[in-house]
Amino acid sequence: MNQHRPALAANASAEASRQVLTFCVGSETYAVDILLVQEIRGWAPVTRLPQAPPYMLGMLNLRGSIVPVIDMRIRLGLEQVKFTPVTVIVVLSVRTSSGRREFGLVVDSVSDVVDIDAAELQETPGLAGKTGVELIKGLAAVADRMLILLNVDELIRRDLAQTEAPMMAGAA
Amino acid sequence: MTLELDQFHAGFFEEAFESLDAMETALLQLDPGTPNAEAINSIFRVAHSIKGGSGMFSFTEVASFTHTLETFLDELRAGRMPVTRPTIDLLLKSTDVLRGMLRATQHKTPVDQQTSADIQFDLEQMLVQCAPAAVAHPTAQASSAPSQAGVAPVWTAALHPKETTWTIEFRPNIRLQAPGADPSRVFSELAELGAMALVAHPEKLPPFAELDPEVCYLTWTITLTTDLPSEAIQNILDWAEADCQLRTMESAPAPVPVTPQPIATASPSQDLAPAAAVPLPPPATNQAPSGDAGGLSAKAASADSNSIRVAIEKLDELMNTVGEIVIAQSMLMQLVDGAKPPRVDRIRAGLIQLERNVRELQESVMRVRMLPIRFAFSRFPRLVHDLSARLNKQIELKMTGEQTELDKKVLEKIGDPLVHLVRNSIDHGIELPETRIAAGKSAAGTLFMNAYQRGGSIVIEVGDDGAGLNLERILAKARAKGLVGQTDSLSDEAVANLIFQPGFSTAEVTTELSGRGVGMDVVRRNIEELGGTIELRTQAGQGSSVVITLPLTLAIVDGLSVAVGGEVYIIPLVAIIASLELQRGVARQLSGIGEVFLFRGDYIPIIRLHEAFNLEPRCRDLHLGSVMVVECDGRKVGLFVDELLGQQQVVIKSMETNYRRIEGISGATILGDGSVALILDIPGLVRFAAERSAA
Repeated sequence: MNQHRPALAANASAEASRQVLTFCVGSETYAVDILLVQEIRGWAPVTRLPQAPPYMLGMLNLRGSIVPVIDMRIRLGLEQVKFTPVTVIVVLSVRTSSGRREFGLVVDSVSDVVDIDAAELQETPGLAGKTGVELIKGLAAVADRMLILLNVDELIRRDLAQTEAPMMAGAA
Repeated sequence: MTLELDQFHAGFFEEAFESLDAMETALLQLDPGTPNAEAINSIFRVAHSIKGGSGMFSFTEVASFTHTLETFLDELRAGRMPVTRPTIDLLLKSTDVLRGMLRATQHKTPVDQQTSADIQFDLEQMLVQCAPAAVAHPTAQASSAPSQAGVAPVWTAALHPKETTWTIEFRPNIRLQAPGADPSRVFSELAELGAMALVAHPEKLPPFAELDPEVCYLTWTITLTTDLPSEAIQNILDWAEADCQLRTMESAPAPVPVTPQPIATASPSQDLAPAAAVPLPPPATNQAPSGDAGGLSAKAASADSNSIRVAIEKLDELMNTVGEIVIAQSMLMQLVDGAKPPRVDRIRAGLIQLERNVRELQESVMRVRMLPIRFAFSRFPRLVHDLSARLNKQIELKMTGEQTELDKKVLEKIGDPLVHLVRNSIDHGIELPETRIAAGKSAAGTLFMNAYQRGGSIVIEVGDDGAGLNLERILAKARAKGLVGQTDSLSDEAVANLIFQPGFSTAEVTTELSGRGVGMDVVRRNIEELGGTIELRTQAGQGSSVVITLPLTLAIVDGLSVAVGGEVYIIPLVAIIASLELQRGVARQLSGIGEVFLFRGDYIPIIRLHEAFNLEPRCRDLHLGSVMVVECDGRKVGLFVDELLGQQQVVIKSMETNYRRIEGISGATILGDGSVALILDIPGLVRFAAERSAA
């Protein structure tokens, strides 16, 4: 079934209308293309990684695949909270130039699936300097809510893909 | 349509590259003085089959080149041209050119026409010099005949008195000239069996305007004289029978004079038949080549029949699934271990049986991924041949254990490091003949490559009987670079292994071969990425050798699991020397190095894993936890962990599939309880300890 997905998140913006999954992080509502969402699962402890940034919680066993999990609260500059029963991991599966990548995002809660129009997408005004602004692809107003569309490709590039120079142990 | 054709293309290229490799090997074994007829034959067949295939797919450049090559080889095969060193060199260059052309064609990039034209010119030049008559019409070959159907080509041949003469009425289906079915190929196969005469009957040829280029209007009468049994002919005819109506009639043993048409007696037609004009002794071991596709050496064909090609992805999937079964099985085992009722014993017995079966399955699947190291070694005869000629050195290459099997992934990654080591040996190790004679050695140096299995590892040795490493110069350079203190004294072994340090090269003259800034440190890193180790042995004046030890597979590792700060880590068993519980107070704090303790007479540094990985440990006192002594590159390090959990075999999963490389971690695995455990990268940690103490 994976084969029938559109090739890239970036390509998806060309479509006129599409469905997005919305989820809450802090007081904001974020959205990702529904076609990128592989599954939503409850929080389960992960294996911590050495020398990882604070938002990188660790690795999860997803039916034999080893998947990194990012805490979106920390990543977006919000304070860390205790995980509750509604805390979920949204697992995304994205095709990139270096193959398919799977990763999980820990969010406060998942809301619903909505249709948004590509024409409704707005630039991000005056958010420069805010943590995580580089991960925002655009804003969309749906009903009375404002959705923040997450730039998944950018998230992979910055936080998950191989870096040019591997970081050296700073711990010791 | 395009897709189907692409499939055939892929098959053609795959086969062509393989047969080129075989051709190269055969060329390197060719002795200039006493050439082996069978070897030349097999080389000829490679050129012939590539020509056929490329013609079929309209790869005109390749076809044209192989045509010249084939003509050239035919001369060699017939003994009309001597096999000399320059001939072999030219043929080797031709294989390179051909490989380049095929690769360019495969990737649909432009062919390097200059190089191919140069070599083609050289081939033609040599042909002209050696046998001017034979190449008077180099293009007039059997293959071109059908296209000149109106000319009514006639092959005449001298008859052998004691042989049987056969008459074959060759009436191809009118669609015979559809793609892939070329009557000329049947003719040339038949011509190889003996003396052949061919008469074409062009009567049915329509006026040119009505001519359908894909329809074959011609019929032929073939008269073949050979001492081979009828089966040999039938074999070839079978190949064409699907498309042709053929009749084989055994004629009287008495020589039936061929009645050539008038033009056949004219002298130019003699030149038209280079293959048949001179009666060739039929190849002794001829198994009647069954058509073009089977034109590879008989050996390759028989090996193929017992194997299948499988995409590596399918094997990876299989391997993954088996890995999952192993995990599920150990999960069940853990569940059963907790329970006590009487039935559990029987469940446990069943599980133990299952475990054994699963392990066998895992090993079988792993073996499927294994290939003989010959695939990595096969390029070296050529490399040694070329480099020794360029450096005016005489080098004999001795390879043993080529059948030793290695995981395909390891095999792919071992090639470049081996090339580097071989180049080093040729460039720096083996001396010039004069130097060798002066030192009382034979003029020709020996380069040896051995591969063998030792326990769960594969050992590859690359060495030479050259001058050995200049340890004094290495030490001096290391001192100058500050790698070794001015007053430190090192064992010879330690000095030799300094060359694996980054940026270390003592070559006085950086040569074209080894002086390209890639040092032995890169070789070492490549080997370590494969989970292997590398070691150097040298003896002044006697030579040096590099010993590479590699794991049998990259998919599975035997390891000890240890707990640190609530996490489980796997330490590969090969790296572990000992696991200790230290007494209170045995560790000492040394300024600049950190904590050390005495282990078998040496002070070795301690890495507290919880510090390196920034975890909250169960205990900070060394005597309350465990110390795992691990070794890499002869350096030992003690890893301080909370607790030793046990030994287990784990399936290695890459961290880089979904994330990135992490310093100190070589991969991850899934434990019996379904949680993820990280596998420690021991070389990385040892280096980390060294850098820490150097800082």
